[in-house]
Amino acid sequence: MSDRSQSGAGESHGAQGDILLRMKGLRIEGRADEQWLEIVHGVDLTLRRGEVLGLIGESGAGKSTIGLAAMGYARDGCRISGGEIWFDGVDLAKASDATKRKLRGSRIAYVAQSAAAAFNPAHRLIDQYCEAPVLHGVLSRHDAEAAAKDLYARLHLPQPETIGFRYPHQVSGGQLQRMMTAMAMSCRPDLIVFDEPTTALDVTTQIEVMAAIKDIVRQFNTAAIYVTHDLAVVAQMADRIMVMRYGDLVEEGETRAMLDHPKQEYTGQLLAVRELAKEEAKRPEGATPVLAVRNVSAAYGKVPVLFDVSFDVPKKRTVAVVGESGSGKSTTARVITGLLPPSEGHIEFNGEPLPADYRQRPKDHLRRMQMIYQMPDTALNPKQRIRDVIGRPLSFYLGLQGKQKEARIRDLLALIELEPDDYIDRLATELSGGQKQRICIARALAAEPEVILCDEVTSALDQLVAEGILRLLIRLQDEFDLSYMFITHDLATVKAIADEVVVMQNGRVVEAGPKGEMFQPPHHDYTDLLLSSVPEMDPDWLDRLLAERGEQLRDRGI
Amino acid sequence: MSAILKMISQRLALGLLTLWVVTIIIFMAVELLPGDFAEALLGQAATEETVAAIRRELGLDQPAFTRYFLWLGDVLQGDFGRSLASDRLISELVGPRVYNTLFLAAYAAVIAVPVALTLGVLAALYRNSLYDRSVNVGALAAISSPEFFAAYILVYFFAVQNAWFPAIARVSETTGFGARLEMLFLPAVTLTLVTMAHMMRMTRAAIINLMASPYIEMARLKGVPRGRIITKHALPNALSPIINVVALNLAYLIVGVVVVEVVFAYPGLGQLLVDSVAKRDMPVVQASCLVFAVTYILLNLLADILSILSNPRLLHPR
Repeated sequence: MSDRSQSGAGESHGAQGDILLRMKGLRIEGRADEQWLEIVHGVDLTLRRGEVLGLIGESGAGKSTIGLAAMGYARDGCRISGGEIWFDGVDLAKASDATKRKLRGSRIAYVAQSAAAAFNPAHRLIDQYCEAPVLHGVLSRHDAEAAAKDLYARLHLPQPETIGFRYPHQVSGGQLQRMMTAMAMSCRPDLIVFDEPTTALDVTTQIEVMAAIKDIVRQFNTAAIYVTHDLAVVAQMADRIMVMRYGDLVEEGETRAMLDHPKQEYTGQLLAVRELAKEEAKRPEGATPVLAVRNVSAAYGKVPVLFDVSFDVPKKRTVAVVGESGSGKSTTARVITGLLPPSEGHIEFNGEPLPADYRQRPKDHLRRMQMIYQMPDTALNPKQRIRDVIGRPLSFYLGLQGKQKEARIRDLLALIELEPDDYIDRLATELSGGQKQRICIARALAAEPEVILCDEVTSALDQLVAEGILRLLIRLQDEFDLSYMFITHDLATVKAIADEVVVMQNGRVVEAGPKGEMFQPPHHDYTDLLLSSVPEMDPDWLDRLLAERGEQLRDRGI
Repeated sequence: MSAILKMISQRLALGLLTLWVVTIIIFMAVELLPGDFAEALLGQAATEETVAAIRRELGLDQPAFTRYFLWLGDVLQGDFGRSLASDRLISELVGPRVYNTLFLAAYAAVIAVPVALTLGVLAALYRNSLYDRSVNVGALAAISSPEFFAAYILVYFFAVQNAWFPAIARVSETTGFGARLEMLFLPAVTLTLVTMAHMMRMTRAAIINLMASPYIEMARLKGVPRGRIITKHALPNALSPIINVVALNLAYLIVGVVVVEVVFAYPGLGQLLVDSVAKRDMPVVQASCLVFAVTYILLNLLADILSILSNPRLLHPR
């Protein structure tokens, strides 16, 4: 292996066109309820040296499973049950553990979705970088450290000489994801599997990581399998795309050709997913807003997180609160609900000031303001049946009992488009993610609220499912005259649902106004950064954007 | 770093507070014991005058409140008073016993902790194998059998059937180190048997619990061999629960060994405590209990501090 280990930048491992990886009829089974179920049904895949292949699909499509199978690896509870995985003359489906261990890390590397979870918290980053090269006998510890610093610099990490000596928790999410890409590159592998590497990041950070990955993969002519659910992201990265659904291949083709002329209806749906857009409704003149945040500042202990935040939620309108993680969006919601009393300022409900602490608010006020959360999995008690989940607010707030309550539960289930007879006696664990979120919506509706605070309610869902939830929320708003405060970091969601937009950064409101104005220039600098960072389906978008930003920086003399 | 110092001094202050509460509890518990030293001492000869005279002489006629603070004040100056029964200085009486108990505990710990951790790591490495199952069954069997039973079985095989080790451990202050090790071998092995299971199973469970983490999967996908994954990637993150269970078991080795001491006729602190309770020799009981309490609190404090130090998030703040 030493003959290929020291290859420098730009050097190619082989002519473009050699086949590096070929899967034939790959079948993978997963264990569920004491029996094996097939989750990947005979997939063929070919990857050439230096090529980037995008694997795209919704959750459960088997894309990550296939990505891992390219390393001959199946997660606990899964097994490769059939087919061949030929990597450079070795069939990984049948190879011994020792053979696979030699290839992993050295010739095939992996970049995980959550770098924060995939780095060992007990060791310094550079130690984790050096582990594979030293273990595989590719580099000495000394050389590996030098190589790490060089790569950190190429990936534009700050202080490349010293950043490696930090622990994972001392580095930000976007930096950590780039460090993980560097770690995957440590042995100069022939193939890297990227498993949703930017999904957990903010849009502005996502760009940095995408640019870094694209750049480094080109420099070393590394082949890559890029797994993601986001077609716009994969369009920037991949030469060729495979669309997966339910463990089967739907469509395969060159990136540009597929984006221009999708052959299958499902691909078309994925392409159209960001096009939902609600028509903006103007704020009613002179009416008292149903909810008003007035000069609110708040802190967690001694750490201030909100500074003089003010905005209105008008009746029957949707106000989207946008910003990156840590910008104070969810904290604002906690102040509004009274979970976190503010240090200054107050909340008004229909013009009346509300007590700061929810414990001092009358029950009827609590009823009129409901909340829906980001993670429906954790927001529902797994031991409760749907009947109890929805029935609880009915008896708690409205005092409904017996037949009346039962009838109301059934009405609510029908409203959220779930067949009452099928679902009323199910446990939350027996539902899909989208169905769970619908149950959470029904639970909020059961209290007959005036305002619903939606905290990233679609960000844990697949795009098509998320679109269904957004359509449902829009319909319910019309039927029940609801007002929404909609927290999100995703600007496509803003387009889809908002009437007005509030942009937050570092605990402050930086810009606010009707949606139409917000999407038209001129913007506040930060709004501009947010808007321009949303990936577009155009494969040239990332390169163009980076070029533009580079020029802007040059213009400013940086 | 100052955050760590602050945290440690907080724990230390809490430990002292606990210790103070414990002195109150010990004193009150001793007060509540039925009977009275003066009556026990005089036996048949007890008349009201003689009992009162002895009480006055020993200060037992003072109110409990006063006696508590007198006792506490003396203890703080290192003076535990004199035994009521033998009139010897308690520090002289308890000192060698404490040494004996600590010696046995350390001996057992030196065997038990490395063996338990190694067995636990191996059990996690070969999870659900025959080895894993037999170690688990063996450890559970050892912990389920009463200490005296395990002790007598060992004595039967290693002292009676084969005269390899002495059956009793009657050490004195003149016994040399080597002789002590030999005499105490069977008691130490007995204690190892009863404490090892907890530590071994906690090590196994803590490691297995981490094996599903993404960073373990990452290590596997870097081609790291299984043994190294467990020792390098899982173990450092599993230290906190392991340290705590080790500390609990070490505390047990010191405060819970009365039965083993009796079986091997070993002059440890546990025996002294039991004898003194029988004789109503309250100052000795109080002193022994205090030693136990200090041991327990110190070991838990140490476990807390080590857990904190094993967490890089606390050791290296952002």
